[in-house]
Amino acid sequence: AMARLIWLCLKCIMLYSTVQAVFEDQVGKFDWRQQYVGKVRFSHFDSHVQSSKKVLVATENNVFASLNTRTGELFWRHVDKTGPEGNIDALLQHGQDAVLVVGNGRLLRSWEINIGGLNWEIVLDSGSFQSACLVGQQDTVKHVAVLKKTIISLHYLSNGHQKWIENLPESETVDYQAVYSGGNGEVYALGVVPHSHIAIVAYSLEDGEIIKQVIQMYTPWLSNIQASCSVIDQGVLTCVDSATVSLYMLDLHLQSQMTQIPLQSLGLEVTPGFQPVLVSTQPNPARPPLSEFLLQLGPEHHLLLQLNNGHIVTLRDFKPLYVQAFLKKDDSVGYRVIVQTEDHTLTFIQQPGRVMWTREEALSDVVTMEMVDLPLTGTQAELEGEFGKKADGLMSMVLKRLSSQLILLQAWIAHLWKLFYDARKPRSQVKNDVTIENLSRDEFNLQKMMVMVTASGKLFGIDSKTGSILWRHYLNNIPSNPAFKLMVQRTTAHFPHPPQCTLLIKDKDTGLATLHVFNPIFGKKSHISPPPLPQPILQSLILPLMDQDYAKVLLLVDDQYKVSAFPSTKNVLQQLQEMASSIFFYLIDSSQGRLSGYRLRTDLSTELIWEVVVPTEVQRIVSVKGKRPNEHVHSQGRVMGDRSVLYKYLNPNLLAVVLESTDLHQERSFVGILLIDGVTGRIIHEAVQRKARGPVHVVHSENWVVYEYWSTKSRRNEFSVIELYEGMELYNSTVFSSLDRPHAPQVLQQSYIFPSSISTMEATLTEKGITSRHLLIGLPSGGILSLPKMFLDPRRPEIVTEQSREENLIPYAPELLIRTEWFINYNQTVSRVRGIYTAPSGLESTCLVVAYGLDIYQTRVYPSKQFDVLKDDYDYMLISSVLLALFFATMISKRLAEVKLLNRAWR
Amino acid sequence: MARPLPFKIAVVSSVLFIVCTNFVCCNNGRKVGDVMDTEFSGFSVPLEHSFEVDDVAKFRVRGALVLKAGREPSVSLTQSQLSEEDRTKLKDVAAVDGLYRVRVPRVFLQADRQTERQMEGYLTAFVRACAMVESHLSDVISLHTDVSGYLIGVSIVTLPGACRGTEVEDEVDLEVFNTTLSIMAPVNAPGPETALFLERMEMESEKKGKNPQEQKSFFAKYWYLILGGAIFLMVTNSAQPPAGGGREQS
Repeated sequence: AMARLIWLCLKCIMLYSTVQAVFEDQVGKFDWRQQYVGKVRFSHFDSHVQSSKKVLVATENNVFASLNTRTGELFWRHVDKTGPEGNIDALLQHGQDAVLVVGNGRLLRSWEINIGGLNWEIVLDSGSFQSACLVGQQDTVKHVAVLKKTIISLHYLSNGHQKWIENLPESETVDYQAVYSGGNGEVYALGVVPHSHIAIVAYSLEDGEIIKQVIQMYTPWLSNIQASCSVIDQGVLTCVDSATVSLYMLDLHLQSQMTQIPLQSLGLEVTPGFQPVLVSTQPNPARPPLSEFLLQLGPEHHLLLQLNNGHIVTLRDFKPLYVQAFLKKDDSVGYRVIVQTEDHTLTFIQQPGRVMWTREEALSDVVTMEMVDLPLTGTQAELEGEFGKKADGLMSMVLKRLSSQLILLQAWIAHLWKLFYDARKPRSQVKNDVTIENLSRDEFNLQKMMVMVTASGKLFGIDSKTGSILWRHYLNNIPSNPAFKLMVQRTTAHFPHPPQCTLLIKDKDTGLATLHVFNPIFGKKSHISPPPLPQPILQSLILPLMDQDYAKVLLLVDDQYKVSAFPSTKNVLQQLQEMASSIFFYLIDSSQGRLSGYRLRTDLSTELIWEVVVPTEVQRIVSVKGKRPNEHVHSQGRVMGDRSVLYKYLNPNLLAVVLESTDLHQERSFVGILLIDGVTGRIIHEAVQRKARGPVHVVHSENWVVYEYWSTKSRRNEFSVIELYEGMELYNSTVFSSLDRPHAPQVLQQSYIFPSSISTMEATLTEKGITSRHLLIGLPSGGILSLPKMFLDPRRPEIVTEQSREENLIPYAPELLIRTEWFINYNQTVSRVRGIYTAPSGLESTCLVVAYGLDIYQTRVYPSKQFDVLKDDYDYMLISSVLLALFFATMISKRLAEVKLLNRAWR
Repeated sequence: MARPLPFKIAVVSSVLFIVCTNFVCCNNGRKVGDVMDTEFSGFSVPLEHSFEVDDVAKFRVRGALVLKAGREPSVSLTQSQLSEEDRTKLKDVAAVDGLYRVRVPRVFLQADRQTERQMEGYLTAFVRACAMVESHLSDVISLHTDVSGYLIGVSIVTLPGACRGTEVEDEVDLEVFNTTLSIMAPVNAPGPETALFLERMEMESEKKGKNPQEQKSFFAKYWYLILGGAIFLMVTNSAQPPAGGGREQS
């Protein structure tokens, strides 16, 4: 029956859906993808071959990748599971192999670094991971040692098989933290009893037998070996203590007493309050580490020291050394350094201090974004500016118009000349690099500026056409747990006023917020100083009101329910006073389940006008979705089969509130949907999906709400769509007011099975809303599916009738299929997609899409195909020749007819 | 044997409780007798309203809502007329475009005891006072509950809902509330309709099975077209000299 079901679905889809896919020659023409790795935790230069140009990185996003040192591009990349399961604990590299410990010591993996293939993977014994190192003997490295809380194990590097596993002695009291091998057939486990003593256990490489065990040395100052100790030279454990300001040295082989060397005796001084750091280098695991080591004494003070026959010699004193300590050096002649700065930028520097490339890894964690129209060119602006100026008489206006037309003509001729000139050159030589100077809006407004806000607090301006970063700005006062909200206060449409964006940065812990006002085209901070916000902010809203400089008014509501406006000029305050009684806003306190509505008073205080309380014992508010303010709905209703009209309920103030039950038992759990009017607090509709559980993804647009949930009863993902209609008559067709819509709308709902879980969901958006809507669904597999909204229509009939056929309704089928042509990103997988942003373009048929997650992918979609654009291969020759032929044919036939008439007249 | 006694006590006390609290509630309502007559399982909560010229809420009792829990909860309302004073005030509030607010306390319908029913806080809603006046006090109040029977919201609209600025001359029009009341529990959202769909499929396939014309295989039905196509292809192939071969040699 299932097969038949699928077959019928297929047939339906074949019949009704429009085919849309990318042609081969369109690949990469309108879309681009950028891949990122995230904040680097471990890095290794591949140094076993001199000419190698690889650097291996393991990141906090659980990504293991190889970067090209010449260009900074990825050779290959492996994206593991998110969360602690895929956490990379250690990265060791030897020759062609890279060994990773993953998931708090759960897995040991070996990768082939040239092509990024997996050599082997084994599951380790349980236990919390401490440290790992490569073990070599007689110049060959054959083993890897893994130290856990209670055990130490040795594995073959070739196949991962375990050679031996031993329990650590006295592991209840001793905290084993490091493992070391110097190539002499012994493996040392270094442990510490905090504030008491050090414990060292030496194992034989061959059979894991304990050769030596030393528990001695009163070291009350030591609590963390990895932070303050390091093995240098022929197995000398060297520790640094900030309290006594001295170095402690212990020869692991001789097991002598620990010697204390005060730093003062070496003529060194530590910056007060700084924990000194020791860094040593062990180029080959089969040999002891180098006798040279680095000591960091202050934030900007490093020393290169050498241990020479038990004496410490200062080799070099680096005062401001910005190179981070975990990064690797190599080569005796040259050096190459990879630096990660706190804005998550990776910079690769080669010997003469040349920056080879930079990677903006902050973009792997985009939080929010907006697309802003590019400014007009100078000539366009000239023409536009004409309308803004005060009229000074008919004659001068005509002259002005003529002059600006002349300028336009001039520009057009120059453009033609350039086209002609470029056409003669081979195509490869024609370069049109986008720089911040030559940015201008294109004919159809398809190229825009993407303003992206990342979790690290770095802002980017990216050209949507090419994906090149045009500006970046690092905000260095970001709180540790921030929430961002990006708002466009002034678009580019108000020349000569520059466009203006405002970023609200809120500390989630304290609720305190700051504003960053900037120009989205150039990234420059605005000279307008934002108001100080001493109180925690509860809500922010952009009003359609504008001040005299065309900046939209931003209202901020603080925890005293007082409202402040930005900008807060006299003009704005006056407008607010006039409008106050029609400015409403809502607040949601999910911890108490309280939804409340407020109205603005003329003195900018507020009054509570409605309250809805959802008991938190039963359910919690998961998300609240309003409609997008820039959404246009073209048609007020739907024409039915019998030519009557079913009017849509288009309430711009409608909120979709998603509730999830606190009881997670599969029989009793539920997902609730509340549709509430944000002005009056009226509950328009209340539905509950029983035996269902989150995560719930919601899209709310026009007169419909689509949500996706997990059905615990049937163990599958399901989609549900709610549509609201006013009925056959419109209550008030001219204007919608929440205060005057007494009749509740008709509610239709239908559900479908979806064969995949989803990561995120968004609806397409176009300029005028004529184009049919699609849902863009980000799948965990990395695909972005463009699902026509037509399939999610509660009016899909169970039984096909003449009327439903007339209306073009698809017969109901319980399963929504994923068709491969619907993937808008063909093979360009977007890893861990977290959000999809849609923006309208100047063409009604075209919607710009940006999907972001670990990667960023930008493309265009045409939900109703390109009905307003001629195809690329449109036959201009044919149409013009037909036209010409027709023209001549009419001319000739006219002439002939005339001759004939004349002849007839003579007759 | 120890169990029944406390249980009985609990029952008796809860019954007493309900009776007592009903009395307390009744004092809120104006028409005491009406509330008393309600069924035993129902309980009453005050419906309060507020309309002030300065828009600072001062809630006063408008009537008593009698809620009946159960599988299908029901509600009824007893309310008194507006006094002379209130009528003029309502008109004054309407003149300055003030709000007419209502509120009900948060209650849990399914609880057995009165103490468990009442919860802290109120649910409020509003309508423009002018709409209230112009509709001659015809309002529609609906109470919304959640899945488990907690009252989560109240809404009020007037019929008609618009404020057109028409004067209400007759004082009598503003005396009696003409209230339509309802209580709404959440609608169960439908799941995917697989059963019906499969049934329909079965029927269709059965219909097909009965019709022998449809049973023919693809080849049996269209053999002449395929044959025609094949002949056409052969003819066109033999007519054209092999392309490309000549070019390769030159």
